This record gives sequence, structure tokens and C-alpha cells, in this order.
Amino acid sequence: MANARTRLRRGEGLAGWLFTAPVIVILGLFLLVPVLMAAWVSLSDWTGRGSPFAAGVNFIGVDNYREILGGGGLAERDFGISLKNNFWYVILVVPLQTIVALGLALLVNKRVLRGRGFFRTAFYFPSVTSSVAITVLWLFLFSGSGAVNAVLSWVGINGPDWFNDPAGIFHFGATSGPSALTSGTVLGVSWWDWLGGPSVAMTAFVILAVFTTGGTFMLLFLAALQNLSGEVQEAAEMDGANAAQRFFRVTLPQLRPTLFTVITLGLIGCWQVFDQIYTGTQGQPGKTTLTPAYLSYTSAFDSNEWGRGAAIAFILFAIIIVFTLVQRWVLAERKVSRRRMRWIEDARDASARIGGTR
Amino acid sequence: MKMSRWALVTVALGATVGLTACGSGFSSGAKQDDSKALTVLIGSSGDAETKAVKDAVATWSKDSGIKATVKAASDLKQELAQGFSSGKPADVFYLSTDALAGYASNGSLLAYGDDLKNKDDFYPVLQKSFTYDGKFYCAPKDFSTLQLIVNTDLWSQAGLTDADIPTTWDQLDAVAQKLTTGDRKGLVMSGEYARVGAFMAEAGGNLVNDENTEATADSEANLQALQYVQKNLQAGDFAFAKDVGAGWGGEAFGKQLGAMTIEGNWITGAMQNDFPDVKYKVVPLPEGPKGKGTLQFANCWGIAADSGNTKGAQSLVEALTAKDQQLAFSKAFGVMPSIQSAAEEWKSQNAPLVPFIEAADYAKTPPTVKGGADVVTDFNSQLASLKTGDPKTLLTSTQKNLEALFK
Repeated sequence: MANARTRLRRGEGLAGWLFTAPVIVILGLFLLVPVLMAAWVSLSDWTGRGSPFAAGVNFIGVDNYREILGGGGLAERDFGISLKNNFWYVILVVPLQTIVALGLALLVNKRVLRGRGFFRTAFYFPSVTSSVAITVLWLFLFSGSGAVNAVLSWVGINGPDWFNDPAGIFHFGATSGPSALTSGTVLGVSWWDWLGGPSVAMTAFVILAVFTTGGTFMLLFLAALQNLSGEVQEAAEMDGANAAQRFFRVTLPQLRPTLFTVITLGLIGCWQVFDQIYTGTQGQPGKTTLTPAYLSYTSAFDSNEWGRGAAIAFILFAIIIVFTLVQRWVLAERKVSRRRMRWIEDARDASARIGGTR
Repeated sequence: MKMSRWALVTVALGATVGLTACGSGFSSGAKQDDSKALTVLIGSSGDAETKAVKDAVATWSKDSGIKATVKAASDLKQELAQGFSSGKPADVFYLSTDALAGYASNGSLLAYGDDLKNKDDFYPVLQKSFTYDGKFYCAPKDFSTLQLIVNTDLWSQAGLTDADIPTTWDQLDAVAQKLTTGDRKGLVMSGEYARVGAFMAEAGGNLVNDENTEATADSEANLQALQYVQKNLQAGDFAFAKDVGAGWGGEAFGKQLGAMTIEGNWITGAMQNDFPDVKYKVVPLPEGPKGKGTLQFANCWGIAADSGNTKGAQSLVEALTAKDQQLAFSKAFGVMPSIQSAAEEWKSQNAPLVPFIEAADYAKTPPTVKGGADVVTDFNSQLASLKTGDPKTLLTSTQKNLEALFK
């Protein structure tokens, strides 16, 4: 009897492996193997000719990483610039797109809204359009004499030549900073430049990202909103919570898992921004739209520095992991601390007493 | 413990699969077969160029009996890189000066230049551009130089005559001032090394020395050139194309945002297609403190070291760089032949463009050192704000970046 069961188990195990084998092979071949190869390339002096595992390719340790993170040369500065550009991009895009997506989801979730289907499709439309097409559209809209500037001119604003303007938006037109900020550098980029914010050109890409991904994430929020039970809302309403309280205290906490998904996907997508840069500006003007993903590509394919390109990719990977972990920690559900709990109980007792005496 | 063993197995597995998957066909020096079909990879400027190259290759195929196919790359650098890393590169391809060092240093290229029968017919400056580590690698395909392009209608409207064609920097100042009216600038050019560098050459400088063995970015001559351009930018009679809302100098010139520009011989095609009504003429750039100066840009016909038929590839390149073929290419898509023996005939066919080809005698070459293109990109990103920037800081940082490459 026992023997038969083990035999059966073994059969199940085999079947299990058989069923998962195609996925394991496909993932292994197209994901794991390339990642491992790239990891090796980042530690080697491979020059891009023939196999990276051929005899003439040597292990050079972390030299490629050292060159980027502290070489003092152009490689380090380029990486610093790309990191600075992408950092501001993430800082602006992730919160904005999350807020816009949530706002749109709340709007189209309203039962009173007429033509909800139309709005849902309209808001989702930019997400299903090719990013290359949207980038080209953006280049036209934001050109010096484009539609955006024409609209701005109606209200008396003389718009910038967006994609040709390398000025940092937080520099407010200043061309040189105080020596306290310009003397010190991190990764070859001065504090003054780090603090300058995204360039005007990068800002146009920020708007593009919010425009395109807002719809995608709206869909996620919408799905989550439709899963919320109406009873909790009604209960809150009965307890006298106003609209703002109901949103911040009741709806939003219930959306926490979706919020986590949206912010994580947003962070990953933003740190990997590539196609807009490749088709749009190639890092111009003044390297202010250079991003690590694009730099990794040009280092490898244009400059033949394959090890450096791979190393940038792995540093980018580490950055994304760190950001995701931090974000996970910030959004984690915590037990209410004992002191705060006591405060809540006191408040409840007090209100009960008031209610009692009345 | 169990986990780590699994990780080990996975890594080993991954490595083996990687080795077997990509380990085929990498033996250095591919087996030679004189009748093997060839592939030709080109970065084409358009249909005219693609057709001309296809026709020329087809003619050679018929004569030699070796099959050859031409492929126009959508992103030449990327497709070349993919070919070299897979061990199956195109046999013959376009190669620019700034890509030569990278591919020559890792052994991807066949150094066949010295075997060419007509080696000495190529312009010396072009031979030098495609020489790496003392070896002449590949046959120059064609080349371009920069000169001054003048809008003849605006010229006469400003009361200027042929006698006013500037031959010195001071005269260029004077005519630029006269041609500047309202929104129109006297001279509009792209704000990059590949245009402004002409002034550096006229002052006797360049980013590197003529042998491309030493960084000379922070020279007095370069500073003088940048200060001259900066002075005129500030005075408002020069402008960079981006600052007047144009993509490049040719566009600004065609839209008459500037009365003069500095461009290469490719501008003729753009003017013909986009601005057929604008009348212009090509004149030599004015002489600087050290006489004549300009930059030249070139491509060569690279042959892959891993090609299975290097003999056939060389024969094809010889056919493609022959005098009549180069003149035919020139007629088809407006390039200048890379051999001196074709110069006279080209001049008689392209009389208005003669200043371009005459510059072959004194033109300088952009940095060809490995990584040089990255430094130039960095230089360009700073040059865009030359009007308000400090030329000296700009040159010092470029010098530092270039020196790192020559170590």
C-alpha cells in the first residue's frame, strides 16, 4: 500500500516536471542564460568579436564597474549624467502617473458618469499605441513652433523649444551656480547639476510617460475599485464620514495591494526608459535625456565597450531592486503602535462618554 | 544548502548551454572559398544610393561569377556589431572613421589596404584616416569636406558683390554683420565639432594631432577659434541652428534663417529636394590665422576578417573604388571620389562644387582613436552653450577625456 503511494507520487512528480518543462526551458534559454552571459560579459574584457566564452576573453574582475562608479573619466561622468536624468524622471513620473491613473479610475468608476465605456477606451488608448508613434507625435507637438507652444502663446507664455532645451527646470534660467554647489561632484556630476532637475527636454518625456502609462494603470485601479464591496462604503457613510474621509480612510487603504503593483511597475518601467530616447532624442540636447538603459546600449553597440554596457545594465538592475525594496517597506502594513492604539481607544471612550451624557 | 546546490547546477547548466549555443563557427580565420557568395551591408542615404550600389555589385557579380547580395541596414552600427559578435559578419560593409579603431583593435577587420593595387591613388589624408596601428585597413569609399555656402540673392540684396567673398576671419565678421537683418542671422551652422571644428583647423588646431596619436584639444589655436565663434554668437551675427529653431545648418539655410552656412557637399541634395528655389553658391571657407582649414569625413569599404571569401571581397572592393564606378556613384548620389585620378573629371562635371574637393589637400580628420566619438559627443553637448560658456573649461575637459584614450 505504502509502496503504491510512493509510486503514484513519483509519477505525479514526473508529470509535474513534464508540464512545467516547456516554460522552464523557454525561460532558461531566453532569460536565465542571457542574464548569466551578460553577467560574465560585465566581468570580462570581451570586445564584441565572436563568443564571449572564447579562449581570448579574460576575466578582469570588477574593472568595468570601477570605471563607471569611480574611474574619474568620461565613462563615470556619462553614467552620472544618465543617472541624474533618470532619477528626476522617476521622481516625477511615478507619483504623477499613479495619481493621474487613480484619478481617472475614480472618474470612470462613477455610476453616474454617462458614456463610461467611451472614456475608459479613450483614456486607455495611448497605452495600446506604439511608443515609437507616440514619441514621433510628441516631437511634433513639442517642437519650437508646435501645437503646445501655440496653446501656451494664447495665455501669453512664450514656450521653450522643448526638445532642444538642455536647461534644468529647477535652475530657473541661471546658467552657473554658486561655487559651493559647483565644486563638489558625485559620479563626475556637480551638485549644482544634480539639483537642477530634469531638463526642459526631459520634462516633455515626463509628460509623455504620464500620458501613455496613466491609462494602463487606470485599468488596474479600476479593476481593484470594482472589487471593493459597497457595504464598507455604506457603513462609513452611516458613520458620518465625509467624501474625503471615505476616500483617504476607507477606499485608499483597501487599494494598497494595487498601489504596490502600480508603483512597482512604474518604478521598473521608468528606470528602464529606452524607446522614447532611442527614437526621439538619442540623449540630446546636451546629454540631458541620456538614460542608463540608453547609455548601456550605446556603450556596447556604438563604442564597442561591451563589458561597460553590461555593467551599467547590472547596476541599473541593482538600483531597481533597491527602489522596489524601499517602496515595499514604505507601503508595508504595520501593526498600529501601542501608543497610537491607546490614543485611539481614549478618543473612542471620550466620544462614548459625550454621547452618553447627552 | 539545498538551495545553493540548485543555484550551482543552474549556473553550470546556463554556462554550458551558452557555450554550445554560441560556440559554433568562431574559429578565427574562417575557411576560405574563392567562390563563396558575399553579403554587402551598407548604411544608405536613400533609394538612389541603395540602387546605385546594388547595380554596381550586380555588375561585378556577373563579371566574376561570385554571387553577392546588398543589404541596406536600418541601423548600420548595430547590425555590424551583431554580425561580429555572432561570428557571421557581412563580408563587405561601410565603415566610418570613428568606428575603425574599435573593430581594428579587436581583430574584426581585415587589413587589406596595403595590398590594393591603386593604394597610392587614394588621397593621403584618407589613407591616414583609415590607418590603425601602422596598417592601412580599408579602401576609402568617398569623402566630404566642409565649405562656406552663401545665399546669392541675400548676398546681392545686402549690396555685396563677388569681391566681398570673405577670405579672412575679419572679412567674415564684416559680411556676417551686413547680412544680419531682423530675425535673419549672417551665418547659421550646426553647433557641433563637425562644423565649428573647421574654425579650429583654420587657426591651426584640432582636437588631435594630424597623426591621431596625441590629444591637442587645449591648444591655444583651438581656444582662439572658439573665442572667435563665441564673439560672433554674442554679437548676434552667427547662430547655431538649434537656436534659430532649425534641425541643422542646411535647414536653417534653406529656410533663409541664415544667409550663410557651413556644410559639406551633401547639402546639394537637401537643397534640391527641400528648397529648390533658394539660390546659393559654394565658396572656400575664409582663411584663419594659420591659413586654410576645414574638416573631412569619410567612409571606407570594410572587409570582415571572418569573411569566408576575402579574395572575392577584395576584388569587389577594387571594382567599387575604380574610377568609373566612383564617378557613377557621384552622379547617382552626390559623393566625392576618394581617388586622385578621378578629381579632374569630377571637377569638370561638378564645377560649382570644386571648393569641396580642393579641400582634400588641407582638410583635417576628426579623432579616430577608440572612444573618440564619445569624447566628441561630450564636446558637442558642451559646445551647444558656447555663447554663455567658457571655451577654456570646455577645451580642458575635452583634453582630459582625450588623453585618457591615448594612454
